[in-house]
Amino acid sequence: MTQTQLSQTGATAGVPAVSLSGVTKDFGDVHAVRGVDLQLQQGEIVAFLGPNGAGKTTTIDMVLGLSRPTSGEVSVLGLEPRQAIARGLVSAVMQTGGLIKDLTVRETVAYTASLFANTKPVDEVLANAGITGIADRKVAKCSGGEQQRLRFAMALLPDPAILLLDEPTTGMDVEGRRTFWSAIRRDAEQGRTVLFATHYLEEADQYADRIVLISQGRIVADGSGSEIRALAAGRSVRATLPHADADRLASLSSIPGAGVDGVELRGDTVIVHAKDSDAVARYLLTETDARNLEITSKGLEDAFLSLTHLHDADEGDQS
Amino acid sequence: MTSATIDPTARKVPPYGGFNTTILGIEIKRMLRNRRTIFFTLVFPAGLFFAFGGTEGWNDRAGHGNVAAYIMVSMALYGAALTAASSGAMVAMERAMGWSRQLRLTPLSPVVYISIKAIVALVMGALAVLVVNVAGLAQGKPDMPVGRWVACAVLAVLCTLVFAALGVFVGYLVPGENAMQILGPGLALMSFLGNVFIPIDDHTSLIWHIAQWTPMFGVAEITRAPLTGELPWYAVVNALGWLIVFVLGAAWRMSKDTARV
Repeated sequence: MTQTQLSQTGATAGVPAVSLSGVTKDFGDVHAVRGVDLQLQQGEIVAFLGPNGAGKTTTIDMVLGLSRPTSGEVSVLGLEPRQAIARGLVSAVMQTGGLIKDLTVRETVAYTASLFANTKPVDEVLANAGITGIADRKVAKCSGGEQQRLRFAMALLPDPAILLLDEPTTGMDVEGRRTFWSAIRRDAEQGRTVLFATHYLEEADQYADRIVLISQGRIVADGSGSEIRALAAGRSVRATLPHADADRLASLSSIPGAGVDGVELRGDTVIVHAKDSDAVARYLLTETDARNLEITSKGLEDAFLSLTHLHDADEGDQS
Repeated sequence: MTSATIDPTARKVPPYGGFNTTILGIEIKRMLRNRRTIFFTLVFPAGLFFAFGGTEGWNDRAGHGNVAAYIMVSMALYGAALTAASSGAMVAMERAMGWSRQLRLTPLSPVVYISIKAIVALVMGALAVLVVNVAGLAQGKPDMPVGRWVACAVLAVLCTLVFAALGVFVGYLVPGENAMQILGPGLALMSFLGNVFIPIDDHTSLIWHIAQWTPMFGVAEITRAPLTGELPWYAVVNALGWLIVFVLGAAWRMSKDTARV
């Protein structure tokens, strides 16, 4: 550990909330995480965006100290993850499970509260989560939404500096989602760092200060919502273009200012993938004989794929 | 927005790895609320004692007491073993439900968690022993010196730890609520074979030779030693051997399970 110990300095102002450097994680032959470098600043709301199996949960597990990286360093507020957990500095809300069915709601909260050295009063936490009314109900008899609120109440008991959420709003309705995020935003304004895993771009874009895009165990993009949206907002322009030869295709892939990602030819049809579809369309209609123009958006899955391909291509060049 | 109001340096680590009486209270309350536990651990063994403890020849001498006392001690052990096994099986069930993972997000140390479960198993085992002994007192037939009576009860409680470990082991092998469906009949069979329900008098018989190798045999001999006044060495070896087998089995399954908590 190169980080200065908290007890020695007594100040944490500049310490990143979460820091991963060169982190990898293998499960046997499976490389779940392949070299992640990431720093989260205190008070940031960060979305961890990626398709299923991208390595989101594995990375979160390492931040929580549930598993150790195969190589690399993970630190939370300058501490080892387990030390941060022992001090109640990190909490997490999982999507399912994690509750005992034959305990009551109050017992579950009291049980968890008794484990921390510093904790908020049980009644206050129940009230804040809006579950005072069902405090004496068995967990088994609670609805999915009520169980999710209970999980939040448990996570917020130690007043954590960092909150990790795994697909937090799955199963919530629009109203519930809005209430949830305004509460999260309020906490972040008081300095709480929030990292949430999701595979919905809209959710990440709407509620996060910063989006980290992960695919196949690597961070493929890291930026604000609009930057990431631009990546995902690439479009495909399809047109009928008879007699397109190699020169023609080469000129298409270097349309000035269009940011062309790729050109495909299928019979008489060309498909141009680009960031600025307007520039492509203008070029096709003014400089070529193209007709039957059709413009479609690529969507996030395509963006993931193209970003991952780019990444692999880079690696290929290096080796 | 930039100034953090949460001061990590002010945060403390809880003492004793998170051990506290609140959890212990909730865990015991939880056991007592479970009707199945109450029936199998408190009502059933006492019922068995009433059924067998007053049969013909109950007042024949057996060591320092009579046959009714012998049966009472055996039933107390059976009840305590059943209780402890079901407490142990709950560990595996809680892992399956993700509760252990949830607890890993708190300062609670895994060793303390298992210790709490062991204490709960002992408390519930003690309760089972107490109920059967009270049943014996109420019925009035068992007879043995008070000191030996108490010694038998204490030994029965201690011996239950063997079955708490068995419960954890079986809980892992047979996931979910099915564990008790195996442990219940399994323990009954072991009790028959292990000289707990029906005393095997003929020490040259085949059944006696088989009995000596079964898990209930050793602990039963140890528990009844104050009453019978004899403790064969092979009974102690049997009890220790099975304790080691069950603890290793439980530890083995558990370590496999924590590969990805």
